[in-house]
Amino acid sequence: MLTYHRPATLQEALAIRAECDVTVLAGGTDVYPAKAARSAWGDMRHQDVLDISRLGELRGIADAGWHWRIGALTTWSELIVAELPALFDGLKLAAREVGGAQIQNRGTIAGNLCTGSPAGDGQPNLLALDAQIELMSASARRRVPVREFLVGYRQTACRADEIVTAILAPKPSSVNVRSHFLKLGARRYLVISIAMVAGLVEIGTDGRIAKTRLAVGACSAVPERLLALETALVGAAPSAAADMVTAEHLAHLTPIDDIRASARYRRHAALTLVRDLLAQIAATFEPRVA
Amino acid sequence: MQGKPTAAGAVEVSFTLNGSPRHLANAPFVSLAETLRSELGLTGTKIGCEAGDCGACTVLLNDRQVCACLVPTAQADGAKIETVEVSGALADRLRCAFLKHGAAQCGICTPGMLMAASDLLARCAAPQRPDVEDAIGGVLCRCTGYIKIVEAVLEVAGGAMGSDPTARRTMHDRPGGEPLAHAVGTRLARVDGWPKVTGSDRFGADAAPADALWMRVVRSPHARARFTLGDLETVKADTPGLVAILTAKDVPGENSFGIFPNMKDQPVLAPGVVRFRGEAVLALVGSRAAVEGVFDGELPITWRPQQAVSGLAAALAEGAAPIHAHVADNVLTRGNLRCGDVTVGHCVGNATAEGRFETAFVEHAYIEPEAGFAVPVGAGPDRIEVTACTQAPYMDLEETARVLGVDQSRVRIRPTACGGGFGGKLDVSVQPLLAVAAWVTKRPVRIVYTRTESMASTTKRHPASIWAKASADRAGRLTAFEMQADFNTGAYASWGPTVANRVPVHGAGPYKVANVWNRTRAVYTNDTPAGAFRGFGIPQAAIANETLLDDLAEQLGLDRWAIRRINALDHGDRTYSGQLLEHSAGLPQCLDALKADWDAALTRVAAHNAAQPRKRRGVGIACMWYGCGNTSLSNPSSMRITLTRDGTLTFFNGAVDIGQGSSTVLAQIAADALGLPPCAFRMVVGDTDLTADAGKTSASRQTFVSGNAARLAGEDLRRKILALANAGPDANLSLDGPRLTICDGEASRVVDLSLIPAERNARQTGSRGHPYTEPRVLDVALTRNCGMTDVVLEGLGTWDPPTTGLDANGQGIPYATYGFAAQMAEVEVDTALGTVKVLDIVAAHDVGRAINPTLVEGQIHGGIAQGLGLALMEEFIPGRTENLHDYLIPTVGDMPRIKSFLIEDPELTGPYGAKGVGEPALIATAPAILGAIRHATGVRVTRVPVLPHRLWEALQHEEAAQ
Repeated sequence: MLTYHRPATLQEALAIRAECDVTVLAGGTDVYPAKAARSAWGDMRHQDVLDISRLGELRGIADAGWHWRIGALTTWSELIVAELPALFDGLKLAAREVGGAQIQNRGTIAGNLCTGSPAGDGQPNLLALDAQIELMSASARRRVPVREFLVGYRQTACRADEIVTAILAPKPSSVNVRSHFLKLGARRYLVISIAMVAGLVEIGTDGRIAKTRLAVGACSAVPERLLALETALVGAAPSAAADMVTAEHLAHLTPIDDIRASARYRRHAALTLVRDLLAQIAATFEPRVA
Repeated sequence: MQGKPTAAGAVEVSFTLNGSPRHLANAPFVSLAETLRSELGLTGTKIGCEAGDCGACTVLLNDRQVCACLVPTAQADGAKIETVEVSGALADRLRCAFLKHGAAQCGICTPGMLMAASDLLARCAAPQRPDVEDAIGGVLCRCTGYIKIVEAVLEVAGGAMGSDPTARRTMHDRPGGEPLAHAVGTRLARVDGWPKVTGSDRFGADAAPADALWMRVVRSPHARARFTLGDLETVKADTPGLVAILTAKDVPGENSFGIFPNMKDQPVLAPGVVRFRGEAVLALVGSRAAVEGVFDGELPITWRPQQAVSGLAAALAEGAAPIHAHVADNVLTRGNLRCGDVTVGHCVGNATAEGRFETAFVEHAYIEPEAGFAVPVGAGPDRIEVTACTQAPYMDLEETARVLGVDQSRVRIRPTACGGGFGGKLDVSVQPLLAVAAWVTKRPVRIVYTRTESMASTTKRHPASIWAKASADRAGRLTAFEMQADFNTGAYASWGPTVANRVPVHGAGPYKVANVWNRTRAVYTNDTPAGAFRGFGIPQAAIANETLLDDLAEQLGLDRWAIRRINALDHGDRTYSGQLLEHSAGLPQCLDALKADWDAALTRVAAHNAAQPRKRRGVGIACMWYGCGNTSLSNPSSMRITLTRDGTLTFFNGAVDIGQGSSTVLAQIAADALGLPPCAFRMVVGDTDLTADAGKTSASRQTFVSGNAARLAGEDLRRKILALANAGPDANLSLDGPRLTICDGEASRVVDLSLIPAERNARQTGSRGHPYTEPRVLDVALTRNCGMTDVVLEGLGTWDPPTTGLDANGQGIPYATYGFAAQMAEVEVDTALGTVKVLDIVAAHDVGRAINPTLVEGQIHGGIAQGLGLALMEEFIPGRTENLHDYLIPTVGDMPRIKSFLIEDPELTGPYGAKGVGEPALIATAPAILGAIRHATGVRVTRVPVLPHRLWEALQHEEAAQ
């Protein structure tokens, strides 16, 4: 008989996590499909469950000084309607692309991260935001940069006794910031990404790119930053950025062939999406025509 | 909450459900969907996938739409929950709008759609179309193409839709505002619609006797293997609640089923050999907890996997291992049609085109997985009654009786509402398993397939590998057409022969061609069995012949519309099976209807492309034809209408309505034949004890074939009534209780039916309920007397379409009539990414007569959605895409705008001129889209689905070639 824990406090939850081998459940949008896939072929077993949905400490989005704090139970829908600076536009676009409205209403950004699917729609944006993941165990609290949190294919740095409690997004130094996200799938709604790209661009007082962070998802075991491109773009005019992107900038991606696309296509699509993303960001800097 | 854990791991939860407080105890990890259905009996919330992929279980949780299959029951505590059963003005307005627009077809997605829409409308005062799409984007519908759903939601948003019961009645009685003079030709709301929009309709998984055991099937994880079974008795003894583990040895009759009498090659339970992944090996029967508690990996099954033969090439390769010992070359059957001399035809042509085409397995993806229950009746048992979703109750009866080894009189099939079929529920699935289980255990047994089980174990559209060659003269007139088409029929025969026989008859398209040679093979493999799917191979063949026609147009410098128009079959033409088209043949009118749109689209697209090098647009066009009814086989339908002493008028209709609307169409036909309005009838549908055999709901035959039977039954009853009153043929009838009034000009006569001695007692009577107000009655005592034993008048009608056999060269009259259509598609291709967005479809369909235009449009929209899926995204890969997130079907966001032209070229042998439209709706769509992609990009697509990476790779080749 499966044991189902539904503690009221984080302290209780962490005690359970320390003692028991449990699947952590928040919105259930990953836990139930995995269960259905196993049981359809006769594997009726299931790990015990730790339901964290009652943990009020994990709710809400807050301005916390040097960073924004997104509670681990924040759903995609809550994010979409939250009043947030342009920094989060990309993440909001991703939120709108996750599943359909039902999934957006239940699924959490932290859950998307913890599942660690290479196609997790939230992950590239968290890389672009240079987010840190806050983890707690019964004995300690730590922060891990998202690029270190995502260890490999469906593997994260979250230990068996830990719970992700929040995602922290540092505030940029510049006020002139754009963030954007593009997702490619074989249909509209309810679709697993073939490739996606998230990007953040800060413009200096000279009107040139001061800083960028770009990340490509679904083209490697974990989403990858485009560090060489980011460096190359510094000092460039936004309108020139798209044309500066070359295949070499994406050479470190390791896409695979699967039912959704070929590796070769993914590499090309990622390149196209990065160019499109930069061009679309640049368009927002164009002086408005009266 | 959270209440302390109670016995057996249950927790107590309290919540507000549809405005009322509820309190219950259930296991906390059980999904809310399951709790609503099993604990609270609210079966309006449907379960389609248990993975958040289909949205059928959408409910409102704290005023937000969620998939109830993803919500732990524990989290319902303290929540506000609303389901489709909710009462309220908004819910009623949506229900009425769905009925009025024909937004509910089979009705399985309707509860989810209604809840998703109500979520939107409660929070957004003036939603626009994109808002509606976002709101319902997470609910899949396989029937409607979403068009009418969006229209219905927008009408409610616009405030025009009323909700009172009168509004509802009006849609049934007087859709145009006035009382109906004639029912045929009107947009009557579907007669079985109200239960679909209130959640009270009963589908396969929605009801079963309270004491029913549960069954779960253990299936082969291997595509080809031998296996031996160990000690199952010990497993049974060690598993509390497990009543039986059924094996092949427990099948009392023949352990085989299949569509054709000489091809019953699929075992109910595998006898030591499996031929595809997903084949049934064992059936666990017992308490639900027991059958769901067994871990298959711990069962004593010793597997010896063998190298599987997957795909056509492997099965046809020299020395390929036979799938079945009796078919050494793996060729199940061959089809052939030959007329004229193709060698000569190619020679005299000024242009010749040739090509190879590949299509994939396509999954029906009805949102209702197979489900039902069986009940043993009497000691012995004397009979077995199987209640399940189906398209073919009489075939189910024959198969089930054979598997049980009993006379057919000892089996009864009672169809539930069918949550989508499309051909996939023509074969038996749960029926023989349930019957055997009920027979062996002597107890009621129920089963509900999981989504993955449904996808892995039931039939698919045949993958095709087609070579074709066509020639035309300088004017574009076809001079020869040749096709060799191989179809992967999977591990078992199913409908493979039908595909092999239908394709030669239709393979060159609806065109005049004197020299034709079409050859087909249905080939066994170790893949999932392929069977019937909307079009029986013609959609695959149409991709080939329509592409070649575009090739010829290109070579000859002709317009693609023009080359079709010049070749289009017309009245008085002879088909290449030698049949003279004497009556309805409206393809020229269909093409003419498209002409203005075609010309405008060509101009529009050229202007767009001049300014847009990356996102290029294109238009394509395709035609189709499709024979209504079974190929060269008798396929009669019989209908019966009775009038009893109390004035009850009952229509005993054996044609199962799988969502397409046959119950409504047949009621409209019977009503006009008899001379009373459709609402005067109570309906008894598809119960093998109560209704006569109307044949299968397949082959686009119910409107045409059963429609004729309904017309004859109505006319028969009318004749008897008029004789009773000595009235002339134009008399008007009205029925008010037992008072039947016959007005003949000035003369009027009232017949008091209660004074007439009963002509005979109906053999057994009952009803699935008055369609307008009552849910289907699915209690076990269905056959209770419903006041129907005093039949005073009865109308009977039987009709069988006139056909002849086909000779060795496929010559003869395979069908009494054909549906024709032409469709054009406009697409936009992002040439940098290879993605395709279908912007517009214009569809012209010759339906003979649109008995109910709303329903016909619904068929066209739904067919287009499936054709779009076939062209762009659908590919079933055994073992890989066995769920609805890896197997993609179109969502509302993938649908184009659709404009429909209903061409009514009357079919003299059809009821009021009508022909079928079910399959014709789908066939032209994919080739029209492929033609549009080619027009936009120059890429001649020969493999579907055109996934983005495939189109991009083709674009690379195209670029390199230039």
